[in-house]
Amino acid sequence: MPNQPAEERARNFKEVALGYTKEMAMQEAARCLNCKKPKCVQGCPVQVPIADFIAEVAKGNIEKAYSVIKSTNSLPAICGRVCPQEIQCEGACILNAKDQPIAIGRLERYVADEYMYLDACDLISAKPECPFIDEEKKVACIGSGPSSLTVAGYLASRGCKVTIFEALHEVGGVLVYGIPEFRLPKEDVVAKEVGALKDLQVDFVTNYVGGKTFSIEDLKEQGYKAVFVGVGAGLPRFLNISGENLCGVFSANEYLTRVNLGRAYDFPNYDTPIIKGRKVTVYGGGNVAMDAARTAQRLGAETVHIVYRRTADAMPARLEELEHAVEEGIILEVLANPIEFKSDGSGNLASVTLQKMKMGEPDDSGRCRPLPIEGETYELETDLAVIAVGTRPNPVLLENEPDLKLNKWGYIEADEETNETSIPDVYAGGDIVTGAATVILAMGAGRKAAQEIARRFGIED
Amino acid sequence: MANKILKKEQLIPGQTSKLVIDAPHIAAKAKPGNFVILRVTERGERIPLTIADTDPESGTITIVYLVLGKSTALLEQLNEGDDILDLCGPLGKATELHSGGTVICVGGGTGIAAMHHIAKGNHEAGNHVVAIIGARNKDLLLFEKELKEFCPEVLISTDDGSYGHHGLVTELLKDRLEKDDSVIEVVAVGPVPMMAAVSKTTEPFGTPTTVSLNSIMVDGVGMCGACRVTVGGETKFACVDGPEFDGHKVDFGELRQRLAAFSSLEKKSFDHHCRCKCNDNS
Repeated sequence: MPNQPAEERARNFKEVALGYTKEMAMQEAARCLNCKKPKCVQGCPVQVPIADFIAEVAKGNIEKAYSVIKSTNSLPAICGRVCPQEIQCEGACILNAKDQPIAIGRLERYVADEYMYLDACDLISAKPECPFIDEEKKVACIGSGPSSLTVAGYLASRGCKVTIFEALHEVGGVLVYGIPEFRLPKEDVVAKEVGALKDLQVDFVTNYVGGKTFSIEDLKEQGYKAVFVGVGAGLPRFLNISGENLCGVFSANEYLTRVNLGRAYDFPNYDTPIIKGRKVTVYGGGNVAMDAARTAQRLGAETVHIVYRRTADAMPARLEELEHAVEEGIILEVLANPIEFKSDGSGNLASVTLQKMKMGEPDDSGRCRPLPIEGETYELETDLAVIAVGTRPNPVLLENEPDLKLNKWGYIEADEETNETSIPDVYAGGDIVTGAATVILAMGAGRKAAQEIARRFGIED
Repeated sequence: MANKILKKEQLIPGQTSKLVIDAPHIAAKAKPGNFVILRVTERGERIPLTIADTDPESGTITIVYLVLGKSTALLEQLNEGDDILDLCGPLGKATELHSGGTVICVGGGTGIAAMHHIAKGNHEAGNHVVAIIGARNKDLLLFEKELKEFCPEVLISTDDGSYGHHGLVTELLKDRLEKDDSVIEVVAVGPVPMMAAVSKTTEPFGTPTTVSLNSIMVDGVGMCGACRVTVGGETKFACVDGPEFDGHKVDFGELRQRLAAFSSLEKKSFDHHCRCKCNDNS
């Protein structure tokens, strides 16, 4: 798939991948073997009928392909961009054995982009008209990220009245505050998929905080028959090392929220400021670390290092994101672990002390454990550090809902089959159940909960 | 219509204003110590402001702000009848109210407004509330009348001696603590140096001291960690663990440095705002 040239895109916030043409899409789709029992579908958390939609693309029936995808996936333009296809649908593709798998994600994205501008109701549920909405079948979603959007899409297209409550001023959760514009355009993609849900009469209430502005009990009193909790992962983790609260040390959440939600890349035209950083270091090896590093590069840093205590091939980030980052000039500082942030003497970050690491034997989890090489440390100059080592459960809702049973890590305990919590008719899904994971896994959880809610409402598929 | 400004009062013209806002959903839940986050324009940043008062019956909340940078300057341009674009709350932990003694509430500058709500809560919890309020001069003193409605004692200090005690609030506080051993808690809300000085003053007396921290925030709901502050050697988030903390354990030096992190950018934003406004007018 064509991309913006690396040297060009490293200086702008426009989307990196440019997408297929119809010709390219049809050509790629023609490679599909149309397996009788397609493994790709089993690899997809929301069970998109992948082989069917690809067959339509191969024939050039893009609209038909779109309605096939939309029958199970309410956010295809988003999934086509941010799903880790290589470990899901594409990872399961039988063509892996001898060739490249079918580029399912790219095809999904192409189809979604082609049809996103059309009337969503015609296509969202493969039904000809907007469904009649039964105001009695009231469902509330807390949080407006991918899991709640999936619940809303599924239930609204089956006639339920869904209201989504969001704590921030903009709808989309991690799709808006977390994933950068260059990977997931906010206006052209996120706002359009949200718009399609509005067409299905889903209501969005912003600036409403679950556990603060309202409780689950309040919702039940207002007649909501089911509540879905999809409030995301929450508080950032830090490294717990000296100097971590110096000015210039950010959590990835803060850094990305300022840039993505606050549009700080366009400061001072937008009011949210960001410290740009000359020599930037990012800590962690996941997609969030890649996003932060590439954002820093685009904001004009001289150098951006990703510091990771294992080797590059052990990084949890998607390979595509890692490759894009390296192409854009991000430097990988691997087998290195930060042990101290040092000040310039007036409270600002000046450098970091890194401990050299080596890979040890595999531990119980099967992963090799990184070990410090005693006495081998070095300094790296840095005026901006971004910490992307994960999150902890956000306490805002949980502290105020004591009946909600939590697991030993502090996340919400939900039934594996139905996603129902310890409170009847209250469901949960996404990062607040699993800990930080992917958009598509959150959507898979949303879909499961929605199916169960629909079943209890007596709605048959 | 929610978020409508029902009443605006310029407490200190051009510098500090009070807004009474229609926000029944927040007024119903807000407790002393809570704050809100608001946004004035589509391109605006999220600003945290402590709730100075609530009236659940009429469904209103009161906020008081100091015009400091671009965002508060934009807020100041709104008038009665205007809507605030985004208003989110109540956020943060509510004040832990103890009962059965004397509570001294110390307020400085705009912090007096936030302190007012905490003092009121203490009064309602059955405490004897002593208010000590300070400002640079008489004209900058807020909420004296409101505090007198329920505080049996309101002690005043000004830096220039134009009203009340000529000197610092901590001098009045020390004096009061020496005379009275029924004080169960001291609460301080105001500029960082004042809260640090209050905490230092109460330490020898062993009086539990609570401060309300005005850290920089972005989301305000425990997601970004911008508001982190070191309390007793541990990193805490002011938005979800606070904003109130044990003043004897807060690292005020670090807080002051972190509050200044964006000051040059704030100036740039304000200058940009003025320049654009001038261009609009020409």
